[in-house]
Amino acid sequence: MAAPLLIRREDETSVVSKTVSKSRAGKFRDGWVDGFLWFIRIAAILVVGFGIFRSVVMTLNGEGTSIDAWENLIVSGVAQGAMYGMLALGYSMVYGVLGFINFAHGEVFMGGAMVSFFVAQALFDNGVWESNFALSLFIILIVAVLTSTLIAVIVERVAYRPLRDAPRIIPLITSIGISFFLQYTFAGLFGEGVKTYPTPPDYLRNKVNVLGFLPIEGTKILVMVVALISMIGLYFYVQKTRAGRAMRAVAEDKEIAALMGINVDRTIVSTFAVGGAMAGVAGILWALLFRSISFITGFLPGIKAFTAAVLGGIGNLAGAMVGGIVLGLFENVGTIVVLGGLGIPGAGTLKDVISFSALVLVLVFRPRGLFGERLSHEDRP
Amino acid sequence: MSTTRSITDFETKDVVIQGALAALAISFIAAIGMLGEFNNRILITSLLSLGYLAIGWIPILFGYRASAEETIEGIDPPIKGPRDLLVGGTVGAIAGIVVSAFAWLAASVDLTGVFIHTGPGMRSALTFGQGIGFGSLLMIVFCTALGVFGAALHVMTPTVRSVIGVALGTTIVIAIFEADAKELFKGFRIRGVASILYSPTGGLTIVSAAAVTALVVAIKVYGKGHGPRVVYERVKLHHTSQTPEMQRRNSWIWGAAGFAVYLVIPQILGKSLSETAVTVGLFLVLGLGLNIVVGQAGMLDLGYVAFFAVGAYGIAMLTSPFRPAQWIPQLDFWVALPIVIIVAAFVGILIGTPVIRMRGDYLAIVTLGFGEIIQKLFLSDWWKPVVGGAQGITNVPSVSIGPVEFAGANSKMVFYLVAILVAGVFVLSHRLQYSRVGRSWAALREDEQVAEAMGINTVTAKLLAFAIGAVIAALAGALFAAKVGSVFPSSFKLLVSLVILVVIIVGGLGSLRGIAVGAIVLIGVLGGPTLPGLLREFGRFKLLIYGVILIYMMLKRPEGLLPSVLRSRELHHSELTQDAWLDKAGDFEEDEEVTA
Repeated sequence: MAAPLLIRREDETSVVSKTVSKSRAGKFRDGWVDGFLWFIRIAAILVVGFGIFRSVVMTLNGEGTSIDAWENLIVSGVAQGAMYGMLALGYSMVYGVLGFINFAHGEVFMGGAMVSFFVAQALFDNGVWESNFALSLFIILIVAVLTSTLIAVIVERVAYRPLRDAPRIIPLITSIGISFFLQYTFAGLFGEGVKTYPTPPDYLRNKVNVLGFLPIEGTKILVMVVALISMIGLYFYVQKTRAGRAMRAVAEDKEIAALMGINVDRTIVSTFAVGGAMAGVAGILWALLFRSISFITGFLPGIKAFTAAVLGGIGNLAGAMVGGIVLGLFENVGTIVVLGGLGIPGAGTLKDVISFSALVLVLVFRPRGLFGERLSHEDRP
Repeated sequence: MSTTRSITDFETKDVVIQGALAALAISFIAAIGMLGEFNNRILITSLLSLGYLAIGWIPILFGYRASAEETIEGIDPPIKGPRDLLVGGTVGAIAGIVVSAFAWLAASVDLTGVFIHTGPGMRSALTFGQGIGFGSLLMIVFCTALGVFGAALHVMTPTVRSVIGVALGTTIVIAIFEADAKELFKGFRIRGVASILYSPTGGLTIVSAAAVTALVVAIKVYGKGHGPRVVYERVKLHHTSQTPEMQRRNSWIWGAAGFAVYLVIPQILGKSLSETAVTVGLFLVLGLGLNIVVGQAGMLDLGYVAFFAVGAYGIAMLTSPFRPAQWIPQLDFWVALPIVIIVAAFVGILIGTPVIRMRGDYLAIVTLGFGEIIQKLFLSDWWKPVVGGAQGITNVPSVSIGPVEFAGANSKMVFYLVAILVAGVFVLSHRLQYSRVGRSWAALREDEQVAEAMGINTVTAKLLAFAIGAVIAALAGALFAAKVGSVFPSSFKLLVSLVILVVIIVGGLGSLRGIAVGAIVLIGVLGGPTLPGLLREFGRFKLLIYGVILIYMMLKRPEGLLPSVLRSRELHHSELTQDAWLDKAGDFEEDEEVTA
């Protein structure tokens, strides 16, 4: 019986010595990971920098992307980014308050745009769309906001409230299920085909010279204006009203907020409602920009908007907007400039690769966002 | 205190809400077109179609729920009786009335411009093919009767309930899986049974349905004490009472028997069932692989399909004669496979390294991003000269071992191959679970800092999980490419990752048996992301049902159908500590009373 014991003791000592050597080697090994991350960082900066440099040089030499095209791309990027920003607000607020990624937020956005499509169609059939576009826009905006708010609130009530105290990964997985459910509910109720919004009137499709020298399409101006107004409204709601203050308090610390007499459940519902309303606005902005919508439209913009929320700093509302615009610019300008400058063919097919690379790089290297997180949460990664 | 309650002793508001919810559910199922589409499928001739089954369970469930009240600890539950039946009936009647109103609305206003499935098909289904007046009456009677039935299920003793439940369930299952049962009967060379059971126009005949129900009731009532569990226990007892030599000898016999079953199975299953089994097998392998990353190492990976794609594309690029990059030498499957495995492990480490310090949801999003990037790269024009872009790579040769060829079209042969892979990955997962690495993964999942303090190299452990998971997915991908004979970027969408995740979560994270059950139930019965399952009718509603199942599981049973013990303890940990806290608080109050 002595032999096995001996072997065992040997084993133990070897384990101990291994552990010691491991802890000594620990720094080195972590250093290896750090080195790899630095390599990626530098490579990404070099690639992007070189791409931009070359495409700028090409433009100045009169080849490649023209100055007009640059302007166009930048304006599109900002407009699309404003839309992402509106969507990012919902992620940012929910993550700030409950600490999980609401995957279904993209579907909330899609739902608003989908339902208001039918209203827009009806308005178009009655001729109101043509004769009084401002009124029509107002109506579909209200419909989209109400629909998205309703969906967001119902989802919170049915699926997220019972999971308030569950590990954070559980509501995340639930939200994937909700995402499936909402997508195929809309597909089942309204059909799987792509729906196209009626065209906006001519004066919106033409370019307007802003400040006398910058020609911008009317719809894009409209998108930016609507986003700006909503953003200002939201800012006042969160900063100046009692409900907004309650929201910030709950985001800071739920238990203390409850002790201060804040109705936490109601505040969380209002967070979802406000996030949903912003998603509804984003749905209309999407309709103005792209005009087509189907039941799977929501998912990818949703994920991208989450990137925007992280980029701006989770819980930072103005940051979400800035993050959205940065992402929109990156997606539009980056695709042509970086890949065009690098001479990679078929840059159009790589649009999503660009935005998802941005997502990965942001989450890996700057998880606190450009300005840092404003709202604290106990155990954020 | 037990009390007999008066017949009207219930909360009107609760009953109305339950009825309205039931009506909402029925109308929803009708409005998404499920009722109309399922109505063409007869389950029991002239009695029940799949469509009415799809709505029929709703009044039963809500009738049951409304009549069942929460029992409060310390107070005897009220005696069940006619009051419960009345509640169930009322819920059903309210549901019926509201649904009829919906049918009437659909009949008088044309809603098809918005809700495309609310046309005449849905209307006639909701009114049982009658006029709106008589049809509504029928619908109300239908829902009321089912509501009363649901309440009656609650009133009866658990034994009777289980007998009725199992009997009806068995009959319905036999009716639903008509096509597959016929295949099986064919495989067992008893085709005659099928022609007795099923009517020639489809569905069970009323007589055979009644016979099956009666048979199951008889088995349940008279077969007590001879159930499968009892038999299993007896066999186990017998086994453990044997000497080691006998056990060893027996294990040879078991092995031989298992091998014989393995050889026979595809012959019995027939072609289409073998096909389903192959799909289930591939997803089971993917599920087991993802389980290593998510279930064991605790890293939520939403981009797992990327490794599946790497495996499939790797094999296609190396073995197809029509590969776009002709400068790559054309290899045999078995030569290409090790290369693919190494590449997959490398990609796993490459993707794993940047996310090594991330946790939880950010990790999920980053892996999702990687999955999308890889799929979009395979689709892009940039990589087109190597991987073929949207056209993909075709003519991937099938696998062959010596003279035996496992041609993709011959699903019986592919079954043999997939079964070996499944068994191999199963054994690997099982061995890994309690190995040194497996235990370090468990520690990592529980608490990373503590694990590191205990001397676990978290970097190596995590990368190893990524690499092993990637290799398993690549193996499944390689087999998939050889089986299908072509690879397209559209086969590797994000959806596939999510479906694999749903499979392992519904089955039970970390539990190998659970994942097998999850794969069979979800992929086999409902169908995979693109492939149909046994219930072909569910095709369009598959993902909707996936969503509902996922939400339901997360709310009610987050540990899965067949949970691993460790995992469910982790999930209910907070509940336990909360209860402990409550108990303490209770003690404290009592103390106060004493001092007062």
